[in-house]
Amino acid sequence: MSSGSLKLFSYDLVDTPIHRLSGLTKLICFLFLTFAVMYSYDIRVILAVMAFSFTVLRMSRIKFSQIRLMVIYVAIFILTNMVLSFFFAPEFGVEIYGTRHVITTLWGDIALTQEQVLYQVTKQTKYASVIPLGMIFLLTTNPSEFASSLSRVGVHYKASYAVALTLRYFPDVQRDYRDISQAQQARGLDLSRKAKFSDRFKNALLIVIPLIFSSLDRIELISNAMDLRGFGKTKTRTWYTAKKFTRQDYTAIIISALIFLATISVSIFINRSRFYNPFI
Amino acid sequence: MKKQPIIAFKNFTFQYFSQAEPTLHDINLTIREGEKVLIVGPSGSGKSTLGHCINGLIPFAYKGEITGNLTIKGGNTLEKSIFDLSKTVGTVLQDSDGQFVGLTAGEDIAFALENDNVPYDPMHERVQRVAEMVEMDNLLGSSPFELSGGQKQRTSLAGVMVDDVDILLFDEPLANLDPATGKTAIEIIDDIQQKSGKTIIIIEHRLEDVLHRFVDRVIVLKEGRIIADMDAHSLVSSPILTDTGIREPLYVTALKYAGVDVTADMKPGYIQTLEMDGSKASVAEWHRRIEKDQRVNTNDSILQMEDITFSYDGTHPVLEDINFDIREGEMLSLVGKNGAGKSTLSKLLCGFEKENKGIIRYSGQDISDLTIKERAEIIGVVLQNPNQMISKPMIYDEIALGLRFRDVPEEEIKPRVEKVLKICGLSPFIDWPISALSYGQKKRVTIASILVLNPKILILDEPTAGQDFRHYTDIMEFLVEINKLGVTIILITHDMHLMLEYTPRAIVLSSGRIVADTSASVVLTDCDVIECANLKETSLYNLAQMVGIPDETAFVQAFIDYERRLKNR
Repeated sequence: MSSGSLKLFSYDLVDTPIHRLSGLTKLICFLFLTFAVMYSYDIRVILAVMAFSFTVLRMSRIKFSQIRLMVIYVAIFILTNMVLSFFFAPEFGVEIYGTRHVITTLWGDIALTQEQVLYQVTKQTKYASVIPLGMIFLLTTNPSEFASSLSRVGVHYKASYAVALTLRYFPDVQRDYRDISQAQQARGLDLSRKAKFSDRFKNALLIVIPLIFSSLDRIELISNAMDLRGFGKTKTRTWYTAKKFTRQDYTAIIISALIFLATISVSIFINRSRFYNPFI
Repeated sequence: MKKQPIIAFKNFTFQYFSQAEPTLHDINLTIREGEKVLIVGPSGSGKSTLGHCINGLIPFAYKGEITGNLTIKGGNTLEKSIFDLSKTVGTVLQDSDGQFVGLTAGEDIAFALENDNVPYDPMHERVQRVAEMVEMDNLLGSSPFELSGGQKQRTSLAGVMVDDVDILLFDEPLANLDPATGKTAIEIIDDIQQKSGKTIIIIEHRLEDVLHRFVDRVIVLKEGRIIADMDAHSLVSSPILTDTGIREPLYVTALKYAGVDVTADMKPGYIQTLEMDGSKASVAEWHRRIEKDQRVNTNDSILQMEDITFSYDGTHPVLEDINFDIREGEMLSLVGKNGAGKSTLSKLLCGFEKENKGIIRYSGQDISDLTIKERAEIIGVVLQNPNQMISKPMIYDEIALGLRFRDVPEEEIKPRVEKVLKICGLSPFIDWPISALSYGQKKRVTIASILVLNPKILILDEPTAGQDFRHYTDIMEFLVEINKLGVTIILITHDMHLMLEYTPRAIVLSSGRIVADTSASVVLTDCDVIECANLKETSLYNLAQMVGIPDETAFVQAFIDYERRLKNR
């Protein structure tokens, strides 16, 4: 069936050094690098991290088709963010760096300054360097290993198991949705854009209500099945999919820890601030 | 030496807080270590409730009042938690898909161990060992979407055996399985018991299918009371089954039709043990006397598929070269194992999916250009689960929905809804909320909501799944009534009894092709078709062989004809 291949994250089992790392390692590295990039406003450092994260993305052999949609969303987000931050605070760069080099006056007293350009480019590069790391983590980690790593960094296992369960039952609910929607269309429900806007909401309810009722049946069954096999008995649980730590895992953690420390050191010892200021 | 009792109910009564009457009355039942016990009873007899008491879902998940006591392995269950009980009682629920909580078979088997904090290495070792016992060791990495119904059930079984429980409780293990997989499931359960000596409790209403292998005792529940506790031979030869509304094995029905007095001495509990030397002659004589049913449907063609080919992805055909011709007023079944293309076929008929090649004709007209909505006025489809179709709180509104979508004036809607309600026997409930209806009544509401559009053809997906004999008969007789009104009915089903009793014709699909399009009696006696459609030969076939009737198909057909005449009288 076509529904068989539906997956929320199109997690693919490819054998690369990145896939072989334990989910916990990848989560720790992701957090280290994210903190590093979030802390620093030094574009040289951020570009270095960005180069690193794109190298890792290549190593993990993620295909562009897998991430195309995410890339589009991210691009839209970054562009909107860029425009909005400029119009809300066009002088924020000047405030940070303490100098004002006008490139051109746009209109009224709004001017484009070198400081603002540097500040905004730095900020967008931060996003652009962290997001590939997130994609790598999601796409190279088995979903239930993902749940197990969340629980190992302190998220309660009941919460992290919810993630795994969502992934498990999402395709089922999706299939239910399709069946219900087709059956309702056969009765005459119009889901096309031809229907009036006010009707469309009412029409959506005609699918959602049966979906809720059939999902409630499912939830009762799942929770019974879980109770009967001792879920929630103790404060901790182990994970079948947890990977054992290997030398590669320690290496990866050490590398990302070093990058983190290096970033912080650059800020403290070289820039003596979170910002890199080429203007003075 | 008598074994120790492992489960003991003593004057046990249970009443759900939400119910006015107790569901279980004064149960006294002892099950000993290593016994294999079958619990049967119609829907609402309390058999699932009894199972819930044993595995601890009562009182853990379902609250109610308990009097008397239940001891399991010497301890009173009221003093144990559901978690303690799960170490003694392993439960396999009826929906092997819904209870599959892991993302892969391996994870699902390991679930109980994970919750017990078993470390990585011993966990993997135990999962591997148990998976070998149920022959799932090569599929540990598979997701539930890649597994068949039978493989999912093996996974569920391994998932409870991994805990090394003493008692295995199966709650309607056959409900969602096709006949061949169900037969294998009963064999696996039996083999496990032979090897491990565990206590086995099977709750089921499909008696004949469970009696494919030996059981120590059968317990019959009716209205919350135990009305029989005996071996299979005594039960089958007593009137208890007919009185409680449980279907007796078909070969027993045939023997009775032939005027044979079925006694416990004949060992009639299992077809393998049946001794009938004294009664062969009367069965053969009965067979000779039955007149052939000569009626043939000679109506015009109503629905035709011509060279239909379809694939979801353009490379793997789900349906290939499908050709059939259905006559007006036929009632036929569409069978085949999961994934054979049955639901896809019905989707093409309704216009949910578009065929890649071929023509669908209704009364000779090509209907390719009709929209889903237009086709629905010719071909109506009823989903298996009524909850997937019901979207209005009131019965009247639910049935009127399709007409309102078509802007039929309200003054015309009323008489049409009332007429359909009458046909469906729902008139007394016209002002009722749907939530107050039973499952069978909800099923009728969904059928009514489709019938109100006056379709000429009705497709029903497993209309009787999970229903006991009485409800099954109710639903099917209701469909027969509708069929008599001239509606052509296509039933997508796994149920061999349904095929035999109600549909003279069966179309069998296997891997997207039609492998048989003939009478049900031929399908259920043809080994090749049986094998590729995951069916099981009917016990009437075995009976014919035992009696020495050379043409087994003719015997099965004679049985069908006889029974139809009996019903029409």
